[in-house]
Amino acid sequence: MINVGAIKEGYVLDHIQAGMALQIYSDLNLKAMKDCTIAIITNASSQTMGKKDILKVECPVGAIDLDVLGFLDHNITVNVIKNEQIVEKKKLKLPKQIVNVIKCKNPRCITSIEQELDQIFFLTDEDKEIYRCKYCEEKYRSHKRNKLN
Amino acid sequence: MRHLMSPMDFSVEELDKLLSLADDIEKNPAKYAHACDGKILATCFYEPSTRTRLSFESAMIRLGGQVLGFSEAGSSSAAKGESVSDTIRVISCYADICAIRHPKEGAPLVGSQKSLIPVINAGDGGHQHPTQTLTDLLTIKQKKGHLDNLTIGLCGDLKFGRTVHSLIEALVRYENVSFVLISPEELRVPSYIREEVLEGNNIPYKEVERLEDAMADLDILYMTRIQKERFFNEEDYLRMKGFYILDPKKMELAKQDMIVMHPLPRVNEISVEVDKDERANYFEQAQYGVYVRMALILTLLEVQV
Repeated sequence: MINVGAIKEGYVLDHIQAGMALQIYSDLNLKAMKDCTIAIITNASSQTMGKKDILKVECPVGAIDLDVLGFLDHNITVNVIKNEQIVEKKKLKLPKQIVNVIKCKNPRCITSIEQELDQIFFLTDEDKEIYRCKYCEEKYRSHKRNKLN
Repeated sequence: MRHLMSPMDFSVEELDKLLSLADDIEKNPAKYAHACDGKILATCFYEPSTRTRLSFESAMIRLGGQVLGFSEAGSSSAAKGESVSDTIRVISCYADICAIRHPKEGAPLVGSQKSLIPVINAGDGGHQHPTQTLTDLLTIKQKKGHLDNLTIGLCGDLKFGRTVHSLIEALVRYENVSFVLISPEELRVPSYIREEVLEGNNIPYKEVERLEDAMADLDILYMTRIQKERFFNEEDYLRMKGFYILDPKKMELAKQDMIVMHPLPRVNEISVEVDKDERANYFEQAQYGVYVRMALILTLLEVQV
């Protein structure tokens, strides 16, 4: 594996499904973190996954919305880094609620016309990873499932 | 403060209480004639629905209250681009309780979030129409005496009919209920109703294509209208349209104590000759709609009589 330097403070997002790192980069809006050093590693070898992607983000701890990350792919391992050491390994869960991450696709939903209304989805079936719009109950499968299907 | 967005907002116990109150209102209307003196109901109808609106207005007037509102979006500030949230917030200053009908799904919920008064969903697109479900439950309770131990036949457009979906969801909470779903194949209930609501709760059901095949088993026949354009082709429509028209000949196959229900308006799916049959209950159902809305207004306003 090529060597990418250690980070002082931030996150190493490990076990990202191979080929998905750029998508995660985009969905987490890391592009907006202009003062942060970010390394995107794709197709790294993995004993458990065969191949995997990794994202290393040098940023203040707390700068990444882990709820959003849980929704995007709750199998990602989140290593929290301080002073170049892993201080915590976080297990992600599907968040119970997500706000302004995805938009309701139902054209009959009030969110399509009401001004400044948050797009809120609730987790209604954890096993099947199904979210439903708070307002019209339109079904949305979790991000990862959508990508896989 | 409480709102009503979905029939499932009420627990079975709360529903029993509401239906008992509606029953008392039916038996003793004079007792409730001034229960809402000085109170105002706002009916905010962003799309026309004369029947539902008049039922709400009748309910409030029979309780001694008064009504104001609008009956289409064009005559409200929505035409100027005002949000639902702002409109209901303002109407909160004018009325004590509000019923909203809106073509967009979830609009009454948005209204309720900023409202200072109880909000009732009077129908939001194809999503929910809880007071229709309450009406149906009261009709069944009054006519059959119970909501458990029933075989309910649902006939017609079961795919797009939200009243049918809500009624199934409400009835599966009672013991020993089973369903016969009578429709053409292309208008069967959506898979989430079959899988999550029926199979998920171990509720016995069968799907049949002809009304005649189901009639003898039913305690309740709930009819709905099938629009011609719902069929995939003209040939199927012509072949099957007769299957879903209730007439005196089909009524001969039914139990003597079966009841026929319909959310109305009916077009031709129940022949007018059936109106004379004492098992026909659809016009009384409309009357029960007023009683149950009266009970709902009292409950949400927390008025004790």
